Amino acid sequence: MLDSILFILSTTLMYSAPLIFAAIGGVLSENTGVVNIGLEGMMAFGAFVGAATTSLCGNPWIGLGAAGMAGLLLALLHAWASIHMAANQVVSGIAINFLGTGLSVFACRILFEGSTMTPPIPLENKIPPLFFGQYATVYLALGLVFFTHIFLYKTIWGPRWRAVGEHPKAAESVGINVYQIRYLAVLASGFCAGLGGASLSIAVVSSFRPTLIAGQGFIALAAVIFGRWRPMGAMWAALLFGASQALVVFVGGQAAIEISSQILSMLPYLLTLLILVFMNKKSAAPKANGISYQRN
Amino acid sequence: MSEVIVELKNITKRFGSFLANDNLSLSIKKGEIHALLGENGAGKSTLMNILYGLVSPTSGEIFLHGKKVEIKNSLQAISLGIGMVHQHFMLIETFTVTENIVLGRETSRYGLLLDLPQAEHAIQKISAEFGPAVNPRAKISEISVGMQQRVEIIKALYHQAEILILDEPTAVLTPLEIEEFGKIIKRLSSLGKTIIIITHKLKEIKALADRCTIICKGKLVDTVEVAQTSEQELAYKMVGRKVEFKFNKTPPSSQKKILSLQNIVALNKRGLPALQNLSIELYTGEILGIAGIDGNGQSELAEILTGLRAIESGKIEKNGEDITNKSPANLFLKKISSIPEDRQKRGLVLDFSVAENMILQTHHLPPFSRLGFLQKDQIEKHALQLIERFDVRPPQADGLTSALSGGNQQKVIIARELSHDPDILIAVQPTRGLDVGAIEYVHRALIALRSQGKAILLISLELDEIINLSDKIAVIFDGKIVANMDALDADEKKIGLLMAGGSLHA
Repeated sequence: MLDSILFILSTTLMYSAPLIFAAIGGVLSENTGVVNIGLEGMMAFGAFVGAATTSLCGNPWIGLGAAGMAGLLLALLHAWASIHMAANQVVSGIAINFLGTGLSVFACRILFEGSTMTPPIPLENKIPPLFFGQYATVYLALGLVFFTHIFLYKTIWGPRWRAVGEHPKAAESVGINVYQIRYLAVLASGFCAGLGGASLSIAVVSSFRPTLIAGQGFIALAAVIFGRWRPMGAMWAALLFGASQALVVFVGGQAAIEISSQILSMLPYLLTLLILVFMNKKSAAPKANGISYQRN
Repeated sequence: MSEVIVELKNITKRFGSFLANDNLSLSIKKGEIHALLGENGAGKSTLMNILYGLVSPTSGEIFLHGKKVEIKNSLQAISLGIGMVHQHFMLIETFTVTENIVLGRETSRYGLLLDLPQAEHAIQKISAEFGPAVNPRAKISEISVGMQQRVEIIKALYHQAEILILDEPTAVLTPLEIEEFGKIIKRLSSLGKTIIIITHKLKEIKALADRCTIICKGKLVDTVEVAQTSEQELAYKMVGRKVEFKFNKTPPSSQKKILSLQNIVALNKRGLPALQNLSIELYTGEILGIAGIDGNGQSELAEILTGLRAIESGKIEKNGEDITNKSPANLFLKKISSIPEDRQKRGLVLDFSVAENMILQTHHLPPFSRLGFLQKDQIEKHALQLIERFDVRPPQADGLTSALSGGNQQKVIIARELSHDPDILIAVQPTRGLDVGAIEYVHRALIALRSQGKAILLISLELDEIINLSDKIAVIFDGKIVANMDALDADEKKIGLLMAGGSLHA
């Protein structure tokens, strides 16, 4: 029994880390008023670049850094389209999703002799475990939550970022550069999502494949909403979604219950849907979230 | 009170072909309360937005303390000691009072970590200097509008403003809050702050301001010492005198009460009271003009009569039949038609053809529809008839309505509404944005309808229009009818005064 609980707990943490990274990315971006539906694509691209870099140079930390930069690169595109050109943020995000996934497979085939999967990374080259057998990325994700919380609520920058997401005109009227902050936030968001993708491809598993991300970015987005756009809230939500994935693994592998694995693996998505339907509708969303800002 | 602190010289601002400010010059003395008076769209706000760096002038110069300055953005304005309280507050609802006030200039430890208690102390000190204290830890969403305004003023003072611009400061306040606001302004002035108030309320100018500058259609009319002028004189200067078009009207023949509104109470879209115990009676064969300054309940009045807004209490009757809170379709069947305030938003579907717009309310009825299918020939025939009768140009039934000029779009609406043979026509701003020729056309159409014995409620911001067309005039102010008069006794100055909330026996 204790073993089972420990197994579920540790699997939960493992599966939550990618979601936490991406959800924090979402929190950062959306608190300044830019919806980032492209988390999925940024995660996918990060997962690929992370796995490819690690398998080519043999160092997971370089791979992790490269993954962050890959997410950032896609985010730059999203920022340019939705902030600079005032394009619809949802449409731009959807485009980023297709681009991120497509680009990963495309580059993968070029780099790895037509294969849509990166070569498996040997155990010694993966992100190493830190304490209690948990990957370092888990602690990195939790540290990021803490850092983001301090940043948004305890430093002088936090109110400025949040003001831009609530009432950009008011922020501008006291001399805050709305465009600059939104750019920074979206870039940071992409970096986090890239880390999230890599924490899957070079820690949880050991290679990139096209179906690796499979909706994790969207679940992270749901965690942002469920977590009421706050870093801590998003973390708890991500942990819950992670737990549901862990449960799938547990029931499928260890428990002696016969449930079709296809039905089981629907659980996290079903949970996401249910939570969004039944959560408190009094929205905590930043007021200017999703609305492009144009100086007159 | 002598030193000139702000001087605006020959400010001109063009928006496309529209001249918002036409060579305006203005000088403000240190420590005075200076009012900017003018009708809506006269260019007051534009001028102040230029001073605050939100709008850059096409030409002209700004001097502060006698030195020429260029103000490119609001940050620069703030650093020059200029503060502005916008009509729509620049406050973040989810933030506390303190967080809002220090935004962009946060007090901190090590230049990094927020230190709000330090700012709270300073804020309490500032707010204690005038009026009741503001709780620095309250959230904006939890405090009253009057309190929010005080937060805006404190914010400007916290940023060391010497010159404070207030754009329509009393528009959103309750009478009690207005009184409180007056005290605050007087107090600030006695502390040596210079105050500029943008307004069109005469009473407040008389009560508060030292001097008043009147702007009309982007041009400077005059700057006067408020103590040496009267509300009447200010009203006269604000409205200006224009050449009047007089129509020869036969006296109304069959006068029968057709519409009555009794003690109507209605809210505006923000949930604030818009109509407060308003009562109106409309008779056949007459035009009743509703005169008033924008935002005193006219839009809501039109909406309750066309079924777009429900009333909270009161009663609307047509020919003795209760038609309170009926749907637009229902009111249409009761033969109440309307020329809406915004022809492009509510009057027409711009992406439809002229013919389609002509059957918006009747498309489901024969002969335009049979067994659920539109009858193209009938629709076109109907449109061509109306186009000819109302002289819509170009005379094409299948052309897009968006391609027509404003005047012709208005003709399409009038043609459609009159084709329904209404008993009552609610005409809201029927000549807004039209050129002189089109205005005359619309006026003739309304007079002709009146001569047929129909009843017309004319709601307009144009006082000339009201005086020219109406048989009776009711003045609306703050959601109430404050005066009823026969158009023959109407006096532009007198009505202008009433519109601005003045009283005739002040």
